[in-house]
Amino acid sequence: MGIFWNFWIIGLTLTNLALLLWVLLANSKVAVSDQDQEENRTTGHSYDGIEEYDNPLPRWWFYLFIGTFIFAIGYLIVFPGLGDWKGVSGWTSVKELRGHQQQADARYAEQFGIYANTPIEQLARDPAAMRMGLRLFANNCAVCHGADGGGNFGFPNLTDDDWLWGGTPEKIKETILHGRQAAMPAWSAILGETGITNVTEYVLSLSGSEHDDVKSTAGEQLFVTNCAVCHGVDGKGNQLLGAPNLTDNIWLYGGEPHEIRQTIRQGRNGMMPAQQELLKEERIHLLAAYVYSLSLEDAE
Amino acid sequence: MSDKPETSSKNTVQHQDPANEIRYVNLYEAADKIYTRRITGFYQRLRRYTGIPLLLGYLLMPWLVIDGRPAMLFDLPERKFHILSLTFWPHDGMLLAFLLIIAAFALFTVTVLVGRVWCGFTCPQTVWTQMFIWAEHFCQGDRNKRMKLDAGPWNAEKILRKTGTHTIWLAISLITALTFVGYFFPIRGLIYDLVTFQSDLAPAFWVVFFAGATYMNAGFLREQVCKYMCPYARFQSVMYDRDTLTVFYNYKRGENRGPRKPNEDYKAKGLGDCIDCSWCVQVCPVDIDIRDGLQPDCIDCGLCVDACNTVMDKMGYERGLISFTTEEAIETGKSNVFRPRLVGYAFILLAMISVFVYTISTRVPVGMEVLRDRGVRMYRVAGDEIQNVYTIKINNMDRHGHVFDVAVTGSYSFELKGYRPSEVAEGDILTVPVRVTVKRSELKDVQTPIIITVQSRENPDVRASHSTSFIGPASGAR
Repeated sequence: MGIFWNFWIIGLTLTNLALLLWVLLANSKVAVSDQDQEENRTTGHSYDGIEEYDNPLPRWWFYLFIGTFIFAIGYLIVFPGLGDWKGVSGWTSVKELRGHQQQADARYAEQFGIYANTPIEQLARDPAAMRMGLRLFANNCAVCHGADGGGNFGFPNLTDDDWLWGGTPEKIKETILHGRQAAMPAWSAILGETGITNVTEYVLSLSGSEHDDVKSTAGEQLFVTNCAVCHGVDGKGNQLLGAPNLTDNIWLYGGEPHEIRQTIRQGRNGMMPAQQELLKEERIHLLAAYVYSLSLEDAE
Repeated sequence: MSDKPETSSKNTVQHQDPANEIRYVNLYEAADKIYTRRITGFYQRLRRYTGIPLLLGYLLMPWLVIDGRPAMLFDLPERKFHILSLTFWPHDGMLLAFLLIIAAFALFTVTVLVGRVWCGFTCPQTVWTQMFIWAEHFCQGDRNKRMKLDAGPWNAEKILRKTGTHTIWLAISLITALTFVGYFFPIRGLIYDLVTFQSDLAPAFWVVFFAGATYMNAGFLREQVCKYMCPYARFQSVMYDRDTLTVFYNYKRGENRGPRKPNEDYKAKGLGDCIDCSWCVQVCPVDIDIRDGLQPDCIDCGLCVDACNTVMDKMGYERGLISFTTEEAIETGKSNVFRPRLVGYAFILLAMISVFVYTISTRVPVGMEVLRDRGVRMYRVAGDEIQNVYTIKINNMDRHGHVFDVAVTGSYSFELKGYRPSEVAEGDILTVPVRVTVKRSELKDVQTPIIITVQSRENPDVRASHSTSFIGPASGAR
């Protein structure tokens, strides 16, 4: 705030206060020439013949008004209000927010502290912990993975037994903590359109889907050369690289021939953001347990 | 405040002006302290017998326990209001608003019929002021004695009498405050905590606050509240009509007023029945002279009626010079009770009470909320199914646990998957994500309305449903 505006605000505030006080005091006495005459004792208004007496207000009302001025002056001393003046209390909305955040953190730390040292397998069977996990999941994960964790196109289903990066409690926690970056390269330059079609037919055959035998035989050689590095010779995938299992008929980017062709042609870049900074360790511990419990339900 | 011109020295400043005399009047005058004369009579007994049961109800209600919980508890942290056997949740706020509207209409109806009897007989402001005046009377004597005591010098007797008064006042205030806070915190624990100095800050603060407020209100503000603060007092005069039963001075009988000797033929002197003893003014808690006619300050407490009747009995005149009557009755001698305004209010009041009772009695103690998944995709394709994901919240507002079944209905053969019935405890909210699925070949619409229903297994009447919509692929994506 510039010096001018600073004084502008201070001036306005104080002038208004002073004017209000003057209005109050200047109007607290009134000159009457002859109070004993009836017309001088009413406000002069007449509504349907009903007139209003102009009787004095109670004295405490006046003092109440004075009290508001005293409050206003005290407020302007204690809190920021007069231009650049910070107020003797040093209150700011940011400080208040930080205070609330600290309180919340302390309270949550107590809550999560109970669970932080419990192994994930055990937490996954604790109903109270899982209710908390459900809420955390709904607030932080459901936007992509769905409220039920069922996933969607491009977002893995967390309720089945098929894991891109590993389904052990430790692996799940690692995924949430640090995020994952999958990289399926684009093959259009190397394989060409015919090659892409052939590999697609072979990939379809791996999961027993409908496919063209001639083309898939042609695609097999291409697959072993180019794709087996990540997806394995048998196409069962590799959880170290996040390479999906191609034989289980579970598709992250769709299992229709044109969808598979698109995946091979353009590549895919799956991205799970790291949550460590945002959610902190103790929440992630609980979330990992919740996600783990989702796949348990499926297995049961 | 009397409407006589205020000429006392404390509010005027005399200025000698050579031309003509101008007086300056202070527009804010100090309130006169009102010393009320003690009076007994029919209406005072009536006030006592209406006030005491209400007061006892107020004091005892927090101590009452129904099925192991306080009968009346406004649980703010939990946001639940327990009233007798009913529990109200935040979303029952409409009912509360409804109840307040009913109370307002009841007040309107009563006002049209019998004026400000609420103020005079049952308003806490009046009841507490009555108690405080009783304490004054008990410690300091009646009107004249109190005036003398206040005018007199401070001596041992005055200190003793004043201390006694304020001790009683503070005791009443403290009991009042404890009881009031007892409606928000279970009272047994509250009092135990306060006595053992381990109470939380909040309840302790409120007890002190309300004790102070009671002391100020009933001790010092008194009729000022009725005259300047109370909103009802502002607009009650609008509801009066010529047939409203209220306190009137029968000027036809009373004028001309004046003193007389006993047994003289006062009518021959041109006097009426009013002997101008001013008792009616001395007993008045709002310091008005009822003989000036109906005034907005009058709270219909009937004190002046009792005072005047006492005097009339002494004089051997007929009672009822000041009485509960109507303007019409004084003017014409007869009054009409059933008038459109009153009948209209009464009808509306009855209708609203009926609707309210019906609503309360048919209230289903389960609430539900359905949220469509606000995810990255509107729907999910899984094999030959289209799926939508919903988060269902089932709020069990009953007094015992329930196991709920969930079903879905719509114009296609929708199925609900992923829901496992489990016990929802009393007052608990179950949040559960579910999938609604339909065959891909069957679904023809982009958006289909569906209804999700929850129903208790123990009691099929405990059910609630929620309509939402099912989103499918646009026709181009099929």
